[in-house]
Amino acid sequence: MIVDPSADDRLDRAFTALADPVRRRIIARLSRGPATVNELAEPFNITKQAVSKHIQVLEQAELVTRSRDAQRRPVHLNASQLEALTAWIDKYRLIHEQQFRSLDALLTTIQGPATGTTTDGATHQEEAP
Amino acid sequence: MTNAVTITAPEGVPFIEFEREFDAPVAAVFRAHKEPDLIKQWLGPRGYEMDIERYDFTTGGGYRYIHRDDNGGEYAFNGVFHVVRDNEFAIQTFEFEGFPDVVSIESLRFEDLGGGRTRLRGHSVYPTVEARDGMVASNMEAGMTEGYERLEEVAATL
Repeated sequence: MIVDPSADDRLDRAFTALADPVRRRIIARLSRGPATVNELAEPFNITKQAVSKHIQVLEQAELVTRSRDAQRRPVHLNASQLEALTAWIDKYRLIHEQQFRSLDALLTTIQGPATGTTTDGATHQEEAP
Repeated sequence: MTNAVTITAPEGVPFIEFEREFDAPVAAVFRAHKEPDLIKQWLGPRGYEMDIERYDFTTGGGYRYIHRDDNGGEYAFNGVFHVVRDNEFAIQTFEFEGFPDVVSIESLRFEDLGGGRTRLRGHSVYPTVEARDGMVASNMEAGMTEGYERLEEVAATL
């Protein structure tokens, strides 16, 4: 079950690519359909060159592809790569969240030493277990 | 959900970090980590039977437990508690017996936020980045539960 190294590199690149808010918004825009660089640059207060750079990073991470032939060279979302990402960390996060919600539920039924109004947690009013 | 867990797996280093807040005093959160009867009620994926062989949450103590699913699958884990300071801090090792000798070192901080709230922070160090990712993947496999279906739905809309 060890992840193969090339898949690993891909994940690393994808995570880095998605660490940037502009690139995440580009991804969000592309989830509604392909778009040209000009169209993608529109909502941002940055140059077309900067947007091109962001797209390059996304392309290297295989999160987007560009048609080679057409003059406009629209950018497409690579949905399968995105799904691979959600499979990785979101599922892991989900398991932990589920665990911690069980802990939340448990915590409402057990008491620490101080259930009163103390805020420093170090005191011990009445009952101990 | 205001108390959602944050998990980070930084690039290029074999760490996993998490942070989570609880609407409960630090002493209660600590108890839930110390007493086997309580541990059983929350640790591990839902739908699995947790069998605790031993669990001694004190400095120099150790643990071994097994998660069992309905199909006879068994996932055993063991480790030692290097340091445990009540209501404050713990360091333990962690080994999934399905990957023998791949041992991570995990530190856990219990932070009193006042007002009966607690923040729990964890930091795990794996031998390699590959080991970290492999563990995460296997942890996910062992944890396949109904919660995933929600995620699948989200992924399907991407």
